[in-house]
Amino acid sequence: MKYVNQALPKVDSKALVTGKPVYTDDIAPKDCLVVKVLRSPYAHALIQDIQYDTAMKVPGMVCVLTYKDCPNKRFTMAGQSYPEPSPYDRLILDRRVRFVGDAAAIVAGETEEAVDRAMKMIKVSYEVLEPVLDFRKAKDHSILVHPEDNWKSLCPVGADNQRNLCASETSGDGDLEAAFAKCKYIIEETYHTKANQQAMMETFRTYTYMDTYGRLNVVSSTQVTFHVRRILATALDIPKSKIRVVKPRIGGGFGAKQTVVTEVYPALVTMKTGRAAKIVYTREESMIASSPRHEMEISVRMGADEEGTIKAIDVYTLSNTGAFGEHGPTTVGLSGHKSIPLYGKVEAHRFAYDVVYTNVMSAGAYRGYGATQGIFAVESAVDELAAKMNIDPVVLREKNIVKEGQVMPAYYGETANSCALDRCLVRAKEMIGWDEKYPVQDMGNGKVRSVGAALAMQGSGIAGLDTGSVVIKVNDDGFYSLMIGASDMGTGCDTILAQMAADCLDCEMDNIIVSGVDTDVSPYDCGSYASSTTYVTGMAVVKTCAVLREKITARGAEYLDVAVEEAEFDGKKVTHIPSGKEISLKNIGNRVMCSSNTPLMASEASSSPVSPPPFMVGMAEIELDRETGKVELLDYVAVVDCGTVVNPALARVQVEGGIAQGIGMALYEDIVYNKDGKNFSNSFMQYKIPTRLDVGTVRVEFESSYEPTGPFGAKSIGEIVINTPSPAIANAIYNASRVRLRELPMTSEKIYMGMQENK
Amino acid sequence: MEIQFVLNGKKTSADAAPGAMLYGLLREKGCYSVKCGCETTNCGLCTVWVDGVPTLSCAMPVARVEGREVTTMEGLQKEAEEFGSFLAAEGAEQCGFCSPGFIMNVLAMVRELDNPSEDEIKEYLSGNLCRCTGYMGQLRAIQKYMKMKKEGV
Repeated sequence: MKYVNQALPKVDSKALVTGKPVYTDDIAPKDCLVVKVLRSPYAHALIQDIQYDTAMKVPGMVCVLTYKDCPNKRFTMAGQSYPEPSPYDRLILDRRVRFVGDAAAIVAGETEEAVDRAMKMIKVSYEVLEPVLDFRKAKDHSILVHPEDNWKSLCPVGADNQRNLCASETSGDGDLEAAFAKCKYIIEETYHTKANQQAMMETFRTYTYMDTYGRLNVVSSTQVTFHVRRILATALDIPKSKIRVVKPRIGGGFGAKQTVVTEVYPALVTMKTGRAAKIVYTREESMIASSPRHEMEISVRMGADEEGTIKAIDVYTLSNTGAFGEHGPTTVGLSGHKSIPLYGKVEAHRFAYDVVYTNVMSAGAYRGYGATQGIFAVESAVDELAAKMNIDPVVLREKNIVKEGQVMPAYYGETANSCALDRCLVRAKEMIGWDEKYPVQDMGNGKVRSVGAALAMQGSGIAGLDTGSVVIKVNDDGFYSLMIGASDMGTGCDTILAQMAADCLDCEMDNIIVSGVDTDVSPYDCGSYASSTTYVTGMAVVKTCAVLREKITARGAEYLDVAVEEAEFDGKKVTHIPSGKEISLKNIGNRVMCSSNTPLMASEASSSPVSPPPFMVGMAEIELDRETGKVELLDYVAVVDCGTVVNPALARVQVEGGIAQGIGMALYEDIVYNKDGKNFSNSFMQYKIPTRLDVGTVRVEFESSYEPTGPFGAKSIGEIVINTPSPAIANAIYNASRVRLRELPMTSEKIYMGMQENK
Repeated sequence: MEIQFVLNGKKTSADAAPGAMLYGLLREKGCYSVKCGCETTNCGLCTVWVDGVPTLSCAMPVARVEGREVTTMEGLQKEAEEFGSFLAAEGAEQCGFCSPGFIMNVLAMVRELDNPSEDEIKEYLSGNLCRCTGYMGQLRAIQKYMKMKKEGV
């Protein structure tokens, strides 16, 4: 392996670090119409009338579009494979507005000034309705968020709009009550995680135009390029063949851009006016009308026997999908299916959930995708169980963790074919000095230092569903074009896929050019989400290269006029072994372009029947001020098993970045609504993401297993890394203060109040 | 309102509306490295230099740059690439959207501070948010870059 496992810079790094214009707003035509959305001030209302005659008199105004201008065909903005589990519950613009910030009208003009002025002159009359704001009361509430007749659920996810239910299910394995009957120690607690913003630095943005062929072209900051095409076709009620979607460089996604948040607005304007149109969300819009993490309340009942074997786990999750069901039925599943299987000796488990509609901003996909919430609950519960048993929580974990080769009943019955969780735990303990530091040290100045631990898992793509494909073409002079349908969102998939291809084809990376995704020419890929790109699309690269090598060998043999069985391709040339006759790849490439009837290229797709989980251990060391409840994060160690590490530099930054986001979730980040459903957390003034002064030191190591179904033995890395900080820090706070916080974020106020109560 | 200033070493004039901020003008002038991440002076993405001092261009009225020297990454390509290669070696540019503002502040810091400690580096750059990297890789890049500058290796 020449390139795989090497810490190479990203193929696009030079453009990025020198500030080249490569992002959506940088490359949009300068005469684009400016598109903005007029938003509802009410959490629940019916639009009675929209007056915009006066607004249209503002010089430069081009159009105001209302629900009357939109197809009455419901769709989902969730970037998922068809048929989407997320219900078809949206219109581009609807008469019923369902949260403060919901779209009431689309406004387009020649300049931002004109649009801003016109927006103030549009008069919307609302019939204000009572909203459903408490997600604990939403199920079977008399007020319905989606009473409409054409609401539709395409998949059997237990959705029922007449009950405010977006999804509902119960699953399990074994005799739960019999297993609990064997348990000497049982805890039962409820945990609450809040909605969180992905807060990628580049907000949502899209521009659209009509091309030479009368087709709608869409350039968008998206993770799901192909899904954008399908979703827009449904929303606009036009054939998919009339739409082309291109993804330029993206300024971060973290799942936010797995929802088609902005694309419909300029697309509708371009369809109506024929003009190029652009929307760039402000940070405020990205905070109040986007696709944040699902708020969840998770009840965990967990039992262990006399010897400390965890025998039974019962998890119930109530998830708040907000006004629309994007990713509602799917995120919730991970809260149990990717937390319970961490414990390998469980004899019986049950996992049930309800996902409810409410009148707050719709939730969406955010790194971790429900696993983060579930792992906060289960990993907090394990420490609570250990406290009840009066043993070291890491010792309890050592006794119970899932081991390589074990079947995981709660993980769809998959087997852990690659699992170094035990080694991760040993190494993390050493790195943080667990045995010396657990549980707490008094610093003698009113402050204490403590440690806390948590485990995590995730998946690698969606088993049996996610599909990635690539095309590799041999060009003149023998250089390769690697055409990818996956959407590099800054994570570096264009680079790591090229690394894999270079090793498979025995060539220099410079010999491979990578093309980002354009739905007109790229091979299909469902997109970059669900931790799928390295594992799923990576495997497509490996398969494509194998086929291409055979084709190159055959073509070389043909040009040499020898039997293909006697020919061999070494990456540079095809050699006829018996005679030593050879033809270079360069000459093969050139000859393909002259009097040839078959192009020299290969394209393979990949989809996996399994989704091998990466595993990791996170441990936090904090300093807690017993007078004020202030927590300072001193040290965070993470040991990760993502299988083979394809690019150690990029993988490390994934881990460090995910942990920093997790620290934000644990300690600071909160979306706060007032009693009328207005979102107060609408800027970085209120919604505080960690700065470099807030994250302490994060130290990362890898303990690799080898995943037999993955490319070069690789599994995923992107999502799992956000899962440990909340429980590890919660557990450290408990060890420091005996205050058990079951609601995020864990602010100093909550710790202080907890300490007061304990007194 | 007619404004004269020096942009990346070139005399430039602009007709700006009263109250217009430097950020928008710079992008109009083709300085696309300058990004906006928040509109509330929290993120540091729009950092440029005014007379060599790092400044948030989203909060700098155009009128205040009259007669002054404005530098964006377009005017510091060689240095940006030099430090940027250290950043890229760590994989710490990631999505790259915060990189220009961050790098402008790093390059100002190495001019201003002599041999800064880790705490001083963090303090100086605390206004530059990054959501991708968790900041550790950026710190490694800065330390290696400063070492190279100091030792020439």
